[in-house]
Amino acid sequence: MSDELKELGEHIAGKIDSDIRGWRVEFGELTVDARADRIVHVLKFLSDNVLCRFIQLIDLCAVDHPERTNRFDVVYHLLSLHNNQRVRVKVQVGEGETIPSVIGVYPCADWFEREAFDMYGVVFSGHPDLRRILTDYGFEGYPLRKDFPLTGYVEVRYDDELKRVVYEPVKLVQEFRNFDYLSPWEGAKYVLPGDEKVSE
Amino acid sequence: MADGTKVIEIEESASEASSDRKFTINFGPQHPAAHGVLRLVLELDGEVVERVDPHIGLLHRGTEKLIEYKTYLQAIPYFDRLDYVAPMNQEHAFCLAAERLLGVEIPRRAQHIRVLFSEIGRILSHILNVTTQAMDVGALTPPLWGFEEREKLMVIYERASGSRMHAAYFRVGGVHQDLPDALIDDIDAWCDQFPEKMQDIETLITDNRIFKQRNVDIGVVTKEEAFAWGFSGVMVRGSGSAWDLRKSQPYETYAEYDFDIPIGKNGDCYDRYLCRMEEMKQSTSIIKQAIVKIREEGPGPVMSTDGKVAPPRREEMKGSMEALIHHFKLYTEGFHVPAGEVYTAIEAPKGEFGVYLVSDGSNKPYRCKIRAPGYAHLQAMDWISRGHMLADISAIIGSLDVVFGEIDR
Repeated sequence: MSDELKELGEHIAGKIDSDIRGWRVEFGELTVDARADRIVHVLKFLSDNVLCRFIQLIDLCAVDHPERTNRFDVVYHLLSLHNNQRVRVKVQVGEGETIPSVIGVYPCADWFEREAFDMYGVVFSGHPDLRRILTDYGFEGYPLRKDFPLTGYVEVRYDDELKRVVYEPVKLVQEFRNFDYLSPWEGAKYVLPGDEKVSE
Repeated sequence: MADGTKVIEIEESASEASSDRKFTINFGPQHPAAHGVLRLVLELDGEVVERVDPHIGLLHRGTEKLIEYKTYLQAIPYFDRLDYVAPMNQEHAFCLAAERLLGVEIPRRAQHIRVLFSEIGRILSHILNVTTQAMDVGALTPPLWGFEEREKLMVIYERASGSRMHAAYFRVGGVHQDLPDALIDDIDAWCDQFPEKMQDIETLITDNRIFKQRNVDIGVVTKEEAFAWGFSGVMVRGSGSAWDLRKSQPYETYAEYDFDIPIGKNGDCYDRYLCRMEEMKQSTSIIKQAIVKIREEGPGPVMSTDGKVAPPRREEMKGSMEALIHHFKLYTEGFHVPAGEVYTAIEAPKGEFGVYLVSDGSNKPYRCKIRAPGYAHLQAMDWISRGHMLADISAIIGSLDVVFGEIDR
């Protein structure tokens, strides 16, 4: 299985070397890193080339890495029914940058791109209808970004006097407790309570 | 008028000015045929649908965000709450993803049990879909008969996991607990009586004149359209493509099982109904085969014996200090998953359910994207429904098999 994927990776790299930044096979899966501005071209190649024929876009999502300059990964998962293979295409996008929409290649990218925009604020240029999809009407912020708090900023309730649903800042009876169970001998990257006395 | 009489002008009725007949209506979110909290904004010309704009997200709970803040074990119950009519299938995808990153081997008995419960989940989902879709087009009896069978299967869920729906039974490394022999006998007995109950439902629906009038040639999807729009599961099989992940990319021990993949010819709502009925029969046969294999291969572990991933058994904990430490660490800190990213997909009842898991090497997932089959199916609602009558909308929604737990996430 992974030999076939290596062959496929070499084939892709041989044909569209200038459009991709690299490829690798990990955990039995092929990942191709593409250039953001060439993504439409890369996906077009993968769906049309006789040896690839990835005619199905299975999934499209974004991943947030706030510490990076180009903080978002946009990840495309493609499936080829002819060869029974999968490939993952990843591109990097910075905050405030746009990435070409791939609706022209895969019509089903429509809602997936809307979701990535809704959750991360990644803007897809050329998308005909880039509205929010999962969050509330009039929602502000991008909830799946790592810097968005888990509890959010607003809460809703029905106001009996106003006879409508009202938004209010979140008031928690108890603060959200993010328990840190990481073992202090491995992993914890901070000074444990009490340890600061050691250096004194 | 000068003589004081009034002339009342009567506007021409709608037949002439067709622009007057266009109007927009809201379908849902509290419509019984919307299968949950779907809001459709329909643009109609008379009774003909011209445009459908599904508004989803009314059941959005931020599952993906919550999972990023939970350990891998704590993340599993969230998957029960996605497609809540077949809970264990969702857990399965997540467990497979974590297991591939960890490189854990699962005991054979656990694999058979997973296959068995995946198929029970498929039957649970298909019974609900087939019978409620019949209800959407006017039949009241099928859901009453179908839900009796679902109830029995939920009792089986409860006896295996302790919970009727939110099972959290599939764990990373195997399944939570072994099945008692009496339960396996009862599942076997259930399989023996189920075909007869299905026959009853089939006599009600399959050749029913009204059911056919409402479903044949409604919501036709061609093979090419199905691929372009990212369809999977019954939605591509109904259109004549024999694509099933259980056959093409087998996981667990599916390669050892003997079953057929039903496909449709016309890609309409009726063919999809027929596919689902046949799949239930195939699933019953797979369950029977799994029971034979479980009995033949005899008792064995149902959880990986890797102490760094799977918690120790209760009796070990009573005597072994190391087991006690492992138990404590696994239920507080949880296990660490090596850094990397995987995408695993299973053939859920509704189609390809995938989990894209990114790990940074800590005890919590860095990112867990849930690929729900219904999400891709529902976005096709617009072009499938165009040109259909308003009454067909409920037949098409029923046939797409959407559940909002997984679409809104």
